[in-house]
Amino acid sequence: MQLAQETEVAAGPPDLTAKQSWRSVKSGIMTSLMIASVVAIAAPLIAVVWAVLTRGASVAFHDFPDFFIKDVPNIARRPGGGMGPAIMGTLMVTGAATAIAVPLGVLGAVYLHEYGGKNNFSRLVRFMSTVMSGVPSIVMGLFIYIVWTLHFGYSAFGGALALACLMLPVVIGATEQMLRLVPNHLREASYALGTSKSRTISTVVLPAALPGIVSGSLLAVARAAGETAPLLFAVGAANEYNPHLFQEANTALSIQIFGNATSSFVAAQDRAWGAALTLVLVTFLATLAARVFTARIARKR
Amino acid sequence: MQELDLRGNKAYLDRAFRWSAAGAAALVLLILGLIAVTITGRSLPVFHEMGLKFFTTTRWSPPDALFGALPFIWGTAFTALIALVIAVPISLGMALFMTQVAPPAIRRPMVYMIDLLAGVPSVVFGLWGVLVLSQHFGLGRSFLTAGIILAIMIIPIITSLSREVIETTPPGDKEGALALGCTRWEMIGAAVVPHSAGGLVGAVMLGLGRAMGETIAAALVIGSALGQLTLHPLSPGNSMPAVIANEWGEADTLHKSALIALAVTLFVITIVVNLIATAIVQRSMRRAQGL
Repeated sequence: MQLAQETEVAAGPPDLTAKQSWRSVKSGIMTSLMIASVVAIAAPLIAVVWAVLTRGASVAFHDFPDFFIKDVPNIARRPGGGMGPAIMGTLMVTGAATAIAVPLGVLGAVYLHEYGGKNNFSRLVRFMSTVMSGVPSIVMGLFIYIVWTLHFGYSAFGGALALACLMLPVVIGATEQMLRLVPNHLREASYALGTSKSRTISTVVLPAALPGIVSGSLLAVARAAGETAPLLFAVGAANEYNPHLFQEANTALSIQIFGNATSSFVAAQDRAWGAALTLVLVTFLATLAARVFTARIARKR
Repeated sequence: MQELDLRGNKAYLDRAFRWSAAGAAALVLLILGLIAVTITGRSLPVFHEMGLKFFTTTRWSPPDALFGALPFIWGTAFTALIALVIAVPISLGMALFMTQVAPPAIRRPMVYMIDLLAGVPSVVFGLWGVLVLSQHFGLGRSFLTAGIILAIMIIPIITSLSREVIETTPPGDKEGALALGCTRWEMIGAAVVPHSAGGLVGAVMLGLGRAMGETIAAALVIGSALGQLTLHPLSPGNSMPAVIANEWGEADTLHKSALIALAVTLFVITIVVNLIATAIVQRSMRRAQGL
């Protein structure tokens, strides 16, 4: 008893006089509950992946490669057709969002870590950036609707702006974490050669942190590719290819999944599963490609 | 020896770089401020029409220009609550298992599993929820179905944050408890929980913020019923983000303003929850590092 009181315990001191067997049984029960929670997480994950793979593959790879090329049918109950325009829309929207958010996010993180450090401004930005990552994506979509779509109309670029706003705090956070890992003696060696701070950052610090920045940004890109809510307001709806980034309504895989999921027509539901599989594949392939690319750059150096 | 190339060393370039970096950082503040100003501005017409009745009445009927958002606010709170009740024990169990029980060899695959779960787009969870979960498990489209889907979606964030917090427990505390004869569970209660309680609360609150703001999955499975102020988990209902996503397409000007007012409400609630959660997590992390 005395021993137990000496360890400061918030959840009540363990009663060490109780029978040894019950105490270890209790610990065993709790451990098995922890294992049960692992199963409880794995089960829905496996169920979702299984459903997407089986139901999606039978649609998407039926008459390969039609599904990945053809236009979306205008009549929902008609079977066949494909997700070609949606694939292109997703690539355009996500690509443009990446081109906006990654450079700005990296630059912002450079300020936070290399210049600001612990001053009040960068503390505030760091805090607000965490808060910003919690802003619901639908609010971000309405924001872009008000400041962009109302003035310039539906376009893939509006969707890209919304996704860029969602990605920005993620890229800032990931990049700052990587900059923290760059050892200080690299910077000092560069200064000792008379190099300016901006050159040190762009030629020494950023290249050293590049692989980490890429994988952090990739997570943000993969998340953005699956976003639906912000696109509903900014991208609009289309069933044909639209190669123009700044003009006319476009479409995306996530929008097509959302639209077809609640349809009562089996053909539309099938297309939703096919689009879900395509979305997962596109994200996976893009991630893989970017990883191979950075690995190659790293090896060249 | 190679000649040094000092051409990039002009002082004004250095200053320009510094200022553009500061500008990029300030962008975060600018965007947050702009969001607050623009969406509040667009929501004014409906507040002009309804006043505070927007928050206190239950009748939502766009043709009659009646917008009472109470059922949707309730639906958001109710589904988020169900999601937390399911997700918190599972996430904490998983985090404790990964940090206290699992042998190092299987920790990495478990991190991958959590990452994978976090990487599944929410619309895919929604699709699975509406075509599999709600149809084959007798749940229908209801508060409960939405709560389950939201729980699956917030488990990764709560688990990975809790794991980070728990991992900062000093090994000395844990070894001390074990040396005094504690079982593993008693050690968790005596060393891990007191040390990480603050951070765990923050992690749960961040999960709460996510659950309330999640749109698409909820919009697909919640059932889009109007005027439901009920505690019954199997009845179809609606939540703020789901209403916005489902009704936006056919909304006229005042209706759009009402939907934007819902977004303002959602924005304010999630910002408050996130501010508190972030402050708690950052404080407990700083304390854990002994700063």
